[in-house]
Amino acid sequence: MSRIQPPGRPFDDPELCASRAELARALRTVLPAEAVLAREEEVRPYECDGLSVYRQTPLLVVLPRDVAEVQQVMRLCHQRRVPVVARGAGTGLSGGALPCGEGIVLSLARLDRILALDPEARLARIQPGVRNLAISEAAAAHGLYYAPDPSSQIACTIGGNVAENSGGVHCLKYGLTVHNVLALKLVSAAGELIELGGEALDGPGYDLLALYIGSEGMLGITVEVTVRLLPRPPLARALLAAFDDVGRAGAAVGEIIAAGILPAGLEMMDGPAIRAAEDFIGAGYPVEAAAILLCELDGTEAEVAAQVEAVETLLARAGATEVRVSRDEAERVRLWQGRKSAFPAVGRISPDYYCMDGTIPRRALPEVLCRTAELAAEHDLAVANVFHAGDGNLHPLILFDANRPGELERTEALGARLLELCVEVGGTITGEHGVGVEKLGQMCVQFSARELAQFHAVKSAFDPAGLLNPGKGVPTPRRCSEYRQLPSPAHPHRH
Amino acid sequence: MSQDLTAELCASVAAAIAAATPLCLRGGGTKDFLGRHCAGRPLALAGHRGILDHQPRELTLTARAGTPLCEIETALAEAGQCLPFEPPHFGPGATLGGTIACGLSGPARPHAGAARDLVLGARVLTGRGEVLRFGGAVMKNVAGYDIARLMTGAFGTLGILLDISLKVLPRPEAVRTLVLDCAGDEALARLRALARRALPLSASCHDGERLWLRLSGAERALGPAAAEIGGERVEPGRAEDFWDALVREQRHPFFTAPGAPLWRLSLPPHAPALALDAPQLIEWGGAQRWLRTVHPAEVVRAEAARLGGHATCFRGGEAMHSPFTPLSPPLLALHRNLKQAFDPHGILNPGRFHAEF
Repeated sequence: MSRIQPPGRPFDDPELCASRAELARALRTVLPAEAVLAREEEVRPYECDGLSVYRQTPLLVVLPRDVAEVQQVMRLCHQRRVPVVARGAGTGLSGGALPCGEGIVLSLARLDRILALDPEARLARIQPGVRNLAISEAAAAHGLYYAPDPSSQIACTIGGNVAENSGGVHCLKYGLTVHNVLALKLVSAAGELIELGGEALDGPGYDLLALYIGSEGMLGITVEVTVRLLPRPPLARALLAAFDDVGRAGAAVGEIIAAGILPAGLEMMDGPAIRAAEDFIGAGYPVEAAAILLCELDGTEAEVAAQVEAVETLLARAGATEVRVSRDEAERVRLWQGRKSAFPAVGRISPDYYCMDGTIPRRALPEVLCRTAELAAEHDLAVANVFHAGDGNLHPLILFDANRPGELERTEALGARLLELCVEVGGTITGEHGVGVEKLGQMCVQFSARELAQFHAVKSAFDPAGLLNPGKGVPTPRRCSEYRQLPSPAHPHRH
Repeated sequence: MSQDLTAELCASVAAAIAAATPLCLRGGGTKDFLGRHCAGRPLALAGHRGILDHQPRELTLTARAGTPLCEIETALAEAGQCLPFEPPHFGPGATLGGTIACGLSGPARPHAGAARDLVLGARVLTGRGEVLRFGGAVMKNVAGYDIARLMTGAFGTLGILLDISLKVLPRPEAVRTLVLDCAGDEALARLRALARRALPLSASCHDGERLWLRLSGAERALGPAAAEIGGERVEPGRAEDFWDALVREQRHPFFTAPGAPLWRLSLPPHAPALALDAPQLIEWGGAQRWLRTVHPAEVVRAEAARLGGHATCFRGGEAMHSPFTPLSPPLLALHRNLKQAFDPHGILNPGRFHAEF
């Protein structure tokens, strides 16, 4: 949102070229020559992450193969005061892995091994470049899996998941990354190897593991992660409920939770999202509905049977116009298919879409959806809503066409208003995508100047020279005063 | 009863900064036995109390830190809910703030999460005298560093907790406790095997002679699970007394018998039996092992380290230099830096957690 960035110098700027050549020479003393990318065509693929409206070529890209090489790179960059941006698969949606023009990108793609998988202890010790889904695939033979399942799980890596504290559709019951990581090793800005947590359920001292998870690569470089694996529940069944009113669908979610049922997943899609998904995948969704709820229940056969019965009754009582229950695994998968492909489905009906990510107290849902529609109309844009309803995490997808002059700017302005709306109703500007560079402005709305200063002090405790992912996550006071002066509707902000 | 003492507490902190007098934070005073003595002027926090917001349908509760834990548990019970991490009280005056500051969790911990897992947000008065809010009353929130969780278990050395938001959960529809006669080694083996199955297990304890297992969930689901496990069913009143009073509140004779200090070993759940010869009580599927021993701290700590965990002298260690496991040099450096970042004058509970900060 609101890309106020100093324009980066061009790749062939003479001064940059000189420092690039010098730094590449130094890095090639600690890394194999091919692990240091310095040519424009080599570094170009690293210029953005999943939020491609922000682009910046880095000075260099390095691809270390092990922890020792990461340490050497960090020591060298620390001595020379070179900024370092860590990168996993580059699937992030907030520009968290956007390079810094004067710094290097440290790709962890080559640290991609599962070091140990202990079914007895239900633990996996993995390198940061291992893909999220690969953990569950490796654990499947033992009837185990890794719970957090962000929608990019085929591609995203565990290192990135740690940086963002990723969730997924199952986090209401099984938690976020912070609830499923037991230990990690990080390389500090100065190149020191530090271990946080352990295989016990708690460690001595402050809970640095909790502080570090979700810190967006600003406190250290994650080089190893130990995750907890869970036994795969013997059975999972999904219910689909259609509603002719979004508010009623929202209320139904409250009824399920109030009845003491904790679904494994509880998702909502609004009319535009339903129709886009149905056009795309043909999951059999009721296209005339104003909203659908997808509710997954898992556990032993007896548990699931009891819960399915209870949820069916609750949904009918809450005014569902139709309730379907999966009879077998194939049907359950089909019910989820539409939800899982909602983003690409929306991408099919619009040249571009911008995925937002705010969390609200669930009770504010009818108000937020209503105001979303009003704001969308004011900005002359359409919005489809996909919602992790169980935990209040909204993903409004703004449909736009970047080739039409001014439309991206209007999209960003609308996105900013939607995030501020989340703060206004008692929520937050990001539930799982992170602040990155995208939401620096909205951080000034959610937090006071003193709170932001405290964040900077925490950053300094780990990285006094400010070399790790500089300019991300926490805005400078100057950035906030600029944001507040932007010509747009009154910014509600705290001092 | 509800009372907002934010202004008074801010004034006390400002005065402490001005006079360079450290403060010794006190909630209900129920956990003085845990950790180190703190030299400073006592600052009473129990008066800052009251539940601010409870949203049963959102699964959230926000309360001032001085709110008695029992008041919160009563309010939750009225809505059919509970604090999933089953915090121990260790006395009638236990407050929410003290509970979170000490980061203690009860029998359900391996299944429902620890105190830190359920903390969603906090309003904090730092050692700079600033009132700051981190996190919030929503389930997912990645804006800024997770300082609310950092405060959990920090023993008040980084900030005074003012208000705390927690995730709460519905009480299970049904609970059933089973007991099996078996020795400690066999109990560990059984617990390891149980952990690999998707059973509605919600607590476990080996008291030296018998293995106690608690199942929680839908009534209909407990029968088949219980049949799978075997053992003898414990009558509900006795089961509740066992988990709440004897284990969680440590009124079991194992804990109350006079004599050797009580050690808490936090270990990987799959760690084998301890090589130390001393009475022990096993909890958390093997991840928490209580030990009554006069062995020197180095011996107990070496054994915990050998098994991949750490050891705390939980009771009887007040006079020790470090009842908590000493920190490695790189971790200690980070702790000092963080202390400096939140409490640069060193006025909040200095030395209460570790001697160095």
